[in-house]
Amino acid sequence: MTGVLLSINGLTKAYPGVVANSDVSFQIGEGEVHALLGENGAGKSTLVKMIYGLVKPDSGTMTLRGAPYSPAEPRAARASGVAMVFQHFSLFDALNVAENITLGMENPPPMRDLATKIREVSETYGLPLDPFRTVGDLSAGERQRVEIIRCLLQDPKLLIMDEPTSVLTPQEVQILFTTLRKLTAEGVAILYISHKLEEIRALCDNATILRLGKNVGTCVPSKTTASEMAELMVGAALHIPERNGGELGPVLLDLDNLSVTSPSAFGTSLKNITLQVRSGEVLGLGGVAGNGQDELLGALSGELISTPGAITLEGQPIGALGPVARRRLGLLTAPEERLGHAAAPDMSLTENAMLTGSVREGLEANGFLKWGKARAFAEAIIERFDVRTPGPGNAARALSGGNLQKFVIGREVMQRPTVLVVNQPTWGVDAAAAAAIRQALLDLAAGGTAVIVISQDLDELMEISDHFGALNEGRLSEILPARGLSVEQIGLMMGGAHGMEVAHV
Amino acid sequence: MDISSINPILLLASLIVAATPLLLAAIGELVVEKAGVLNLGVEGMMITGAICGFAIAVNTGSPVLGLAAAAVGGAVLSLLFALLTQYALANQVASGLALTLFGLGLSALLGQGYQGVKPPAFPQVDIPLLADIPVLGPILFTQDPVVYLAFAMTAATWAVLKYTRAGLILRAVGENHDAAHALGYKVVRIRVLAILFGGACAGLGGAYISLIRVPQWTEGMTAGIGWIALALVVFASWKPWRVLLGACLFGGVNVLQLNLQAAGVAIPVEYLAMSPYLITILVLVIMSADRSSAPAALGRSFHASQ
Repeated sequence: MTGVLLSINGLTKAYPGVVANSDVSFQIGEGEVHALLGENGAGKSTLVKMIYGLVKPDSGTMTLRGAPYSPAEPRAARASGVAMVFQHFSLFDALNVAENITLGMENPPPMRDLATKIREVSETYGLPLDPFRTVGDLSAGERQRVEIIRCLLQDPKLLIMDEPTSVLTPQEVQILFTTLRKLTAEGVAILYISHKLEEIRALCDNATILRLGKNVGTCVPSKTTASEMAELMVGAALHIPERNGGELGPVLLDLDNLSVTSPSAFGTSLKNITLQVRSGEVLGLGGVAGNGQDELLGALSGELISTPGAITLEGQPIGALGPVARRRLGLLTAPEERLGHAAAPDMSLTENAMLTGSVREGLEANGFLKWGKARAFAEAIIERFDVRTPGPGNAARALSGGNLQKFVIGREVMQRPTVLVVNQPTWGVDAAAAAAIRQALLDLAAGGTAVIVISQDLDELMEISDHFGALNEGRLSEILPARGLSVEQIGLMMGGAHGMEVAHV
Repeated sequence: MDISSINPILLLASLIVAATPLLLAAIGELVVEKAGVLNLGVEGMMITGAICGFAIAVNTGSPVLGLAAAAVGGAVLSLLFALLTQYALANQVASGLALTLFGLGLSALLGQGYQGVKPPAFPQVDIPLLADIPVLGPILFTQDPVVYLAFAMTAATWAVLKYTRAGLILRAVGENHDAAHALGYKVVRIRVLAILFGGACAGLGGAYISLIRVPQWTEGMTAGIGWIALALVVFASWKPWRVLLGACLFGGVNVLQLNLQAAGVAIPVEYLAMSPYLITILVLVIMSADRSSAPAALGRSFHASQ
């Protein structure tokens, strides 16, 4: 670590109604891995967008290697040696790897030379890639490699990584870290955004913590505990969900060799899924995104129909029943995508409560809707789950991600399910709301419900599950007791490193 | 009934003439859709181009100036669509339909003094040597310059989309405008340029009908060719060569059924008249089994908000 590479002084950016960044200052040294920590909405994304030239700051200055730095557009940032790997990949599904990479470069070489270079760089850093494969067919880990190689081909001085590990297995994370350490040894600085605290402790030299757009402190992650960092992020002590491990009851849901073909061309079909969930049990299902999670939720909710005997609820075959019939029997589900799948964005909370609650809460009679009762139901959800909204008449779209998530999970929890299936219950939700949602799931299990939690957040699954299994390419691993599982075991259950290898140089 | 009276060489030569306006409009629309914009106003832009080209050609006596005016007229009308959809973020389907209705009305208004007027003739260009090839020569190489232009444009569009960086960026914008924006490409500017190109091509196609194929002005003379162009782009799976094939097929069946009508074949005229539409759609539907090739961002509005 020699000099200062990037210095940020008093950056401020306000959007109508919200100050995204207020007077943020910090420095990144050459060859340093600098973590940017914060809750959702703390202003991390806006800050890196200013560094990458996508957003112009209202005030404040940046200097890069002592020279003033104010990129007007990403092109200028790239020309100055700043590269970025995006959280939601900025890739084009229908184009191939080489085309995707050339789109992100300033002075791309001709296609043939580029393909050779892609092979070279990808082998050097242990990220093998075929330049002519279509990106839509790649796994999430491989897509990330495309992004990283796109950055590496431009010899960056500063590499910005926005939540890079959220889609990787633990083994893939280790390989990524090896690659990143190799880069820092060459003098590249990395600005690493994440809220996975253990990863930051393992990788980063320094950390800057943002809360509500302000820089609220710095720390040396290796010398700070994860809970101390979490408290800095949240600004208050975190409530850790607690459980009283009761006895497990009879089997409520039984999947027997469930196979379902995915309706989408880029989806993953389910192959011979067999599992049982008992009353009072929380079953955690991990796995990297796109390995059949959405299809499993669809098969359980009734959006995808299977053979009748493949799914049994309390001894009754329900594989051929649709969603409404399954709800009536007590199998409730909450899908991952909040806007558009779990909730209709432009409808009010009352209407959204009506949509899934009408059967079990008696919100309709003879084809007529009982709006009074539906409003009372929505209000009860808002009350019990502390949903921050002016009232049930507000559109679902107007709620923040965390609040809407509390609402859609709460809506199912309040219907007293026999079996509840949730997919990514705390995705993009701040720590306090996530803790509340996990507590609600645990309370539900304590009351005798069988709960299946599908999630990519392994820490979450380890925290609340009794049993753990992993989905990999549509197949389910062996299901093991969650307590005592090591990270290596979990990684292998998730499919290992998917053919990645460690950097050679 | 005398089918032997149909001269196959003349038939094929007029097939190409019938295919040209459709080909021009469809190639323009293909570029627009590759950029992720669905412009349903092709028919309106064609008929506007038809009257603009006709009026200027009659007034200046120069058919070339007329063609240029047609391209400008189509592009100006498409600029209206670009303003509505790219800056005001209006719905593309509704704006496109409105554009067609507006174009039909506007052209009727502009064309009031031009009914029954004869436009200056367009010279036929025989390509030396090639035109002397038996059979192929009269079919392919004794046409007017616009035919050559349309075929050259098909090849150029294919090559640009496939081999150049500009084409790649255009496809990227149509595929995922958010990602293209994040990489620093000017999504709106690229789309507006694509829309203008589409408008100019549609205008040219319209003028080809009014100046060369018919040649005279009547209200609504494009007679649904713009709609066929739209369908052609979809059923051709956004591939320029398939657009060319579809256009020739449509033109061919159209010319053939006219000849059959003239020869007095004992099939009701209505069936013959609908046959080009039916056969073109049928063939392209069968060919477009690989349906996944639609630009992913087609018809979606883009706004650079966070």
